[in-house]
Amino acid sequence: MANLQEKIAKLSPAATFEIDGTGILQATVPAKEWHDLAKALRDDKETPMDYLVTIVGADWVESLGCIYYLMSTTDRSMCSVKVVAEGDRETPYIDSVSDLWHIAEIYEREVYDFFGIIFINNKDMRRLFLNIDWVGYPLRKDYDEDPAINPISIENERQSDNTTVYTKEDGKIVKKERAIFHHDDFVVNIGPQHPATHGVLRFRTAVDGETIKKIDVYMGYIHRGVEKLCESLQYPQTLHFLDRLDYFSGQVYHHGLCLLYEKALNIEVSRRAQVIRVMMDELSRIASHCLFMGTYCMDLGATTMLFYTLRVREQILDIFEKTCGARMTFNYACIGGVMQDIAPDFAADVKALLEVLPANIKEYNKIFTGNVIAKNRMEGVGVLSREDAISYDVTGPAGRASGWACDMRKLFPYSIYGELDFEQCVRPEGDSMARFKIHIDEIEQSAKILAQLVDNIPEGEYCVKVPKVVKLPKGQWFQLVEGCRGACGFYVESDGSTKPVRLKIAPPCLPLAGVVEHITTGNKIADLITIGGSLDYIVPDMDR
Amino acid sequence: MEVTTKSMPYSAFKDNEYIEQLVKEIQESGTNVIVGSFDKLINWGRSNSLWPLTFATSCCGIEFVSLGAARFDMARFGWEVARASPRQADFMMVAGTIVNRMVPVFRRLYDQLAEPKYVIACGSCAISGGPFRKSYHVAKGIEDIVPVDVFVPGCPPRPEAMIYGIMQLSRKIKVEKFFGGVNRQEKQEEFLKAHPID
Repeated sequence: MANLQEKIAKLSPAATFEIDGTGILQATVPAKEWHDLAKALRDDKETPMDYLVTIVGADWVESLGCIYYLMSTTDRSMCSVKVVAEGDRETPYIDSVSDLWHIAEIYEREVYDFFGIIFINNKDMRRLFLNIDWVGYPLRKDYDEDPAINPISIENERQSDNTTVYTKEDGKIVKKERAIFHHDDFVVNIGPQHPATHGVLRFRTAVDGETIKKIDVYMGYIHRGVEKLCESLQYPQTLHFLDRLDYFSGQVYHHGLCLLYEKALNIEVSRRAQVIRVMMDELSRIASHCLFMGTYCMDLGATTMLFYTLRVREQILDIFEKTCGARMTFNYACIGGVMQDIAPDFAADVKALLEVLPANIKEYNKIFTGNVIAKNRMEGVGVLSREDAISYDVTGPAGRASGWACDMRKLFPYSIYGELDFEQCVRPEGDSMARFKIHIDEIEQSAKILAQLVDNIPEGEYCVKVPKVVKLPKGQWFQLVEGCRGACGFYVESDGSTKPVRLKIAPPCLPLAGVVEHITTGNKIADLITIGGSLDYIVPDMDR
Repeated sequence: MEVTTKSMPYSAFKDNEYIEQLVKEIQESGTNVIVGSFDKLINWGRSNSLWPLTFATSCCGIEFVSLGAARFDMARFGWEVARASPRQADFMMVAGTIVNRMVPVFRRLYDQLAEPKYVIACGSCAISGGPFRKSYHVAKGIEDIVPVDVFVPGCPPRPEAMIYGIMQLSRKIKVEKFFGGVNRQEKQEEFLKAHPID
């Protein structure tokens, strides 16, 4: 970390440094020097900061700005850079880094949508989630939530074929229009109501015959404003939304945010609670991957697989239900441990599951993986290289299928993952088949973890005592966990009160949707379903 | 009259007062023997093969998938033909949150459903906005946007609850007047007057 500080200090002499609550170095640099610093950090020979974890927009009332979380895939070193936007509150601006990291284009659009910060030289400065006529920037502290300003309308939203680009000429910001599609492109609309988009995602697809020329992804059809809602809720209350983002990773997301709060409050969780949490995480990973396989095969026309995979999923949901009392929205992990103790026959149920799992996996491989139609449709389709996976932030199974070892359970072992024996599944091919197969591999690894823990659930309390009113000390924290679909980051800023000043969820599915255009361009339109399905995005997770 | 469906005992249903009230209203001015008999025949068919529209925005949609799979198996009740096109569907199960940006799309889907059409508001988000009610970008219940026939509470409702909800809809369909009732056909001129083409 000291090296990193020296490096940044050398590149940007005006930088000031501090360490945040999670031990991550934070440099505050002037906006003017940011782009050059970012370029130097990314192009560093020894430890290039090639992974832009997330961009957290923030409104500190007296100023607006962003916090960039950067990571090096070579030595896992991590730092954050805080940049305060130049200009006044009307037109705050920062130089774009979308030329350095591909994913920054989408992240910057998100920040623009929520905070109105303009990114100079970003080629696509449109709103991301809200429609183009939306008034105000919702995550600003002075946003007026009056429904009369932005009423619900059944009239079709206005749509533009142009996007805005801001450039700087002679110190002045110049606004320019740029056409999204070529004027004689044939544009096909897919979604938001389409059975193969896995939720309400919308693609405007320019096609040349059957070949995809360009895809413009529209999100926000399930944008529920969770981050803003969290700002008016107390810390324990913020947890329950996480069940409803990526509804398959509810347990993992809960675990992640609880880890962050516990770190901030200095709470030591009992061993029993840790083991239970990890077991729940892995159970939900198996359930999630089972549903992925079922729906993905259904997209490709193999309906039978859905019934086979849901058989295992239902068995896991029964285990959850006995302990948590719900099939989907569990609200199980809480600050200090878990909500209630596990059901008496939890261990027996998990053992029964582990017994049937190998036979099921064999069956899946038999009816689908080796199927010649499946092979023809998936092998070599939608290849994503390792470099692009990193640049587009494609984590989780999709990233590991491109050869990028990005499992947060291994990179930053949280909870008890450090002492468990399991392997990180990586495949080098990067095509749809690899993305499918890696899910099966991961089910096997999750089963391995469960087998190690099921007989070793220690006695003890399942939840330690925490104060009735949870107050986080002043500061900021960042926590990464491995959700079922990739790395999920949580950023919390506190002013010492009972409510967060800013709670940012960096979901794994937003980059997965951001990479669709890159992978599908040049492929056939029928492959859009194969590729989109194999990426396995959950729309409520990307929209939040 | 005891209105029931799928061999369920009448006492197993909860809000029988509602259905009794509905029957009373419909039969207030009597029923024609011939038309009434045809109504019964057609409603018997309609209520036993309800085709849902594949429409899901969030969590409830996954429970809807479970409902279609082998364990809960809505196929045994004749509801399995989930259609991707609204023109072929009888009812729409609004499974998930409807946000501001989705409202025009949702309304258009409803308009595209062929008459007679029904809506089930499934889950607390569709009923009232649920946990996201206070958000700046969420519709506070779909009742303001489309007429709703059945509300199924839960977050998300269990598949059993969904089965019960569709059964309630099925009961409602069973007592309706088909001829001269829900099978109303608008004249083309009337339709164009109500929906002007600009």
